[in-house]
Amino acid sequence: MEQIPQIPKEKFRLIHDENNKDQEKIGTPSLTYMQDVRRRLFKDKVAVVCLALISIIVVISILAPIIAPHNPNAQQVTMSNLPPKLGNLNIPGMNGYQNMGGHMVDAYKQADAPKGTFYILGTDYLGRDLLSRIIYGTRLSLVVAVLATLVDLLIGVPYGIVSGWKGGKTDTFMQRIVEIVSSIPNLIVVILMMIILKPGLTSIVIAIAITGWVTMARLVRAQTFQLKEQEYILAARTLGEPSMKIATKHLIPNLSSTIIIQTMFTIPNAIFFEAFLSFIGIGIPAPNASLGTLLSDGQKAFRFLPYQMWAPAIILSVIMIATNLLGDGLRDAFDPQSSEN
Amino acid sequence: MDKILEVKDLHVDFDTYNGVVHAIRGVSFHLNAGETLAIVGESGSGKSITVRSILQLLAKNGTISKGEVLYHGDDLLQKTDKEMDKLRGNKISMIFQDPMTSLDPTMTIGKQVAEPLLIHNNVSKKDALKRAEEVLRLVGIPNPKARMNDYPHQFSGGQRQRIVIAIAIVDYPEILIADEPTTALDVTVQAQIIDLLKELQQKIGTSIIFITHDLGVVAGIADRVAVMYAGRLVEFGSVNDIFYNPQHPYTWGLLDSMPTLDTNESDRLNSIPGTPPNLLNPPKGDAFAPRNAYAMEIDEEQQPPFFKVSKHHYAATWLLHPNAPKVTPPASILNRYEKFKKLGGNVK
Amino acid sequence: MADERQVIVSVKNLKQYFNIGKPNMVKAVDDVSFDIYKGETFGLVGESGSGKSTTGRSIIRLYNPTDGHIYFNGQDISKIKSHGSKMKEFRREMQMIFQDPYASLNPRMKVKDIIAEGLDVHHLVKNDDERDKRVRELLDMVNLNPEHMTRYPYEFSGGQRQRIGIARALAVDPQFIIADEPISALDVSIQAQVVNLMQDIQKKQGLTYLFIAHDLSMVKYISDRIAVMYRGKIVELADSDEIYNNPLHPYTQSLLSAIPVPDPEIETKRTRIDFDHKRPFEDDQRLQEVLPGHFLYCNDEKAASFKNNK
Repeated sequence: MEQIPQIPKEKFRLIHDENNKDQEKIGTPSLTYMQDVRRRLFKDKVAVVCLALISIIVVISILAPIIAPHNPNAQQVTMSNLPPKLGNLNIPGMNGYQNMGGHMVDAYKQADAPKGTFYILGTDYLGRDLLSRIIYGTRLSLVVAVLATLVDLLIGVPYGIVSGWKGGKTDTFMQRIVEIVSSIPNLIVVILMMIILKPGLTSIVIAIAITGWVTMARLVRAQTFQLKEQEYILAARTLGEPSMKIATKHLIPNLSSTIIIQTMFTIPNAIFFEAFLSFIGIGIPAPNASLGTLLSDGQKAFRFLPYQMWAPAIILSVIMIATNLLGDGLRDAFDPQSSEN
Repeated sequence: MDKILEVKDLHVDFDTYNGVVHAIRGVSFHLNAGETLAIVGESGSGKSITVRSILQLLAKNGTISKGEVLYHGDDLLQKTDKEMDKLRGNKISMIFQDPMTSLDPTMTIGKQVAEPLLIHNNVSKKDALKRAEEVLRLVGIPNPKARMNDYPHQFSGGQRQRIVIAIAIVDYPEILIADEPTTALDVTVQAQIIDLLKELQQKIGTSIIFITHDLGVVAGIADRVAVMYAGRLVEFGSVNDIFYNPQHPYTWGLLDSMPTLDTNESDRLNSIPGTPPNLLNPPKGDAFAPRNAYAMEIDEEQQPPFFKVSKHHYAATWLLHPNAPKVTPPASILNRYEKFKKLGGNVK
Repeated sequence: MADERQVIVSVKNLKQYFNIGKPNMVKAVDDVSFDIYKGETFGLVGESGSGKSTTGRSIIRLYNPTDGHIYFNGQDISKIKSHGSKMKEFRREMQMIFQDPYASLNPRMKVKDIIAEGLDVHHLVKNDDERDKRVRELLDMVNLNPEHMTRYPYEFSGGQRQRIGIARALAVDPQFIIADEPISALDVSIQAQVVNLMQDIQKKQGLTYLFIAHDLSMVKYISDRIAVMYRGKIVELADSDEIYNNPLHPYTQSLLSAIPVPDPEIETKRTRIDFDHKRPFEDDQRLQEVLPGHFLYCNDEKAASFKNNK
């Protein structure tokens, strides 16, 4: 402030250029919204680990017929209740020994298993390979999850959009239906379903279809209500864009974060619902494996043969926790503000 | 005059996904007792961040990388959170832009106004509520006794901003920081709120830092004005200095781009072309140079220091360097110079 | 004198109510009539809740008017069906510029697709090359760098976004544009850019504007005539100079007295005129011409007094 710097006179040449269009130039690299989301997601280590776990589980269940070492439903009564054994490696808990009356006994020898026979996760009371059953059970759980997601997307999303977009009497009417549907406990739906259909995948999926889309529909409707007052939607209307086009061009891309996040919470719910039904015995019928039936079987012998319940329980927990955490990660990635406060 | 607050060489950085944004790049100013200092700037110029740094109310990713904030000679930046809590809302309080979100919708306004008293002073609830009622009357809420038990949604936008002001002044703070308090309001309500602030200043002697982008509002309320651009001050001085004897081309541009009631439709408005720079990579020289019709070679190489215009009036532009060529400011600025002469000022 | 000019939009007794028949019924626009002449800029001024934006949205048929008529080039457009061919035709003639530069552009679309939306809806271009060419022209027209057409809205500043919004409206070659507070969310230095641009385009293309705003100084600068709205009614309408020099309605006077002026001397001398919000309207009042071209919402007696004075 005090001292005036010495600067040669020629530096004070006016250099303004009237037609300089550089002022409007944008220097930063261009990133699409999805690229930005991906970048934020990959910065979240927990979400990345969860994503990796889920991917591995999905790949294994898709490739189940190739990967599974045994037929999951093939019984071999002589080999029943064998503990886990991984080759000839002598890892405690994975060496085929089991506690019998206070002594550690090689269960494989007792069962007269041929040399080289081993079951990584052991066998159940009918001598079925537990690992294969878990792989197939997971596969079934994921099928339920995919079907539940499809129901969400095919019924919940359009229902929510129409209800929110139309508003007024249509909305009131559609919301009454939602309220009625959501007030029916889905356990009752399943039990009613079983009067007509046999227990099994079909009745579980139908039960989910009847009740599962409600949350998605509500969320999408609320979001649509907000979006339809946005000025870009108004602009599209003043340009004469038809409603269907507005939905596909403007609404769905801007609803995508809500939809994806909600899906990440639908999946564990559906998986758990199936497991729960199978566990109480009204889900997947024998001999097919699902995580629920495996838990139910394992639970009966838990005190003596804990491995029969541990393995499916861990897998179920991993799937549930991973999808939930990934859902959280996605929410932060889509909407960075929501996590800051 | 007493300097009650002095900000020295403040630097604030924000850590973002794209890198570090140098939002404030060396800001110094002071506030005298009993005066109103207006900080003017466009969005992104850093005016809000500057005053939030005073109370250390920055977002999580913001850090004050350098500088001092002296309150009666005490550096506020060295204080702990607890010590700051004692100052906030008590000695130094703040009003924000949006009266809708500044109030708690689930609490009666009487309680909200009395709250700072209960937190900071050892007063009984009864006394606090009594004081709240007085202050509500002071800010012009009709029939305050009856309305103490009403909730925020029962008031209009202008009244809500009055209540926000009441909360801020209930403890008779030494410094009131108003961050765009009238931007969200209608013009007629804005005029009322400004009148109210002026009146309150006389009654309780608070010093005010008033943040705004509206030069019209500044003309009505400020004693001194500081103009900000791209995280730095570019000019500061008394309100007459800034409005009648502006020296920085950015100040010229701001004053020139506003139509006055005498501007005819045939006259073209003078706009400042382009947009402010990205503070991820602040320019090496004068940040305003790319938009400046009076830019010189030196502007691109070196940041201009503050040149003294008169006793309390400084501007950071190379145009004031003795070696700089003489330039003619826009016509409307020349008119302002005329007015300055009439008021007895000395135009260079 | 007014009759020589051609009327492009004529609003007759427009009423726009919401929540009809419910306790929270709102008369957002309550019996409003005015004409807009071809080639002029008609300013509509009011504070929040005055119904100025609703009026604009009713004219462009974002709402279905409760009652009254809107004539566009002599044709009544207040009753045409939302999705008919007539509506589609009308959508090309009248366009809108919005207030919020952040909410008016779809964040998931590229700038070129935003601008080309109207071109696509009305099939105004045959192929992608032609579409790109037209988008470049439009970007150039609003002084934006055509190289940025593949970027996303968030990369632009407020002023630049607003110009993208203008380009989108211009894409369909409208005759009439409703600008709903197009500059109130922008910084002062940027406001002038947008206003200058709007005026340049108006000259070049012979457009007519309905300019809705609460910023009176800018409205006075840009408008030929101004209507002042208050609680759903037009209380005063006249040439812009006349409104400023000779405001007759107390509300207009109050509004004018509150405009902050960037001049400390004027500001310190200013006296605010307060307006009594308790009893704004009487039953025997209506909008009538009290001086040539100057309309005032008042009763007949008051109107007569102006005529007698002359």
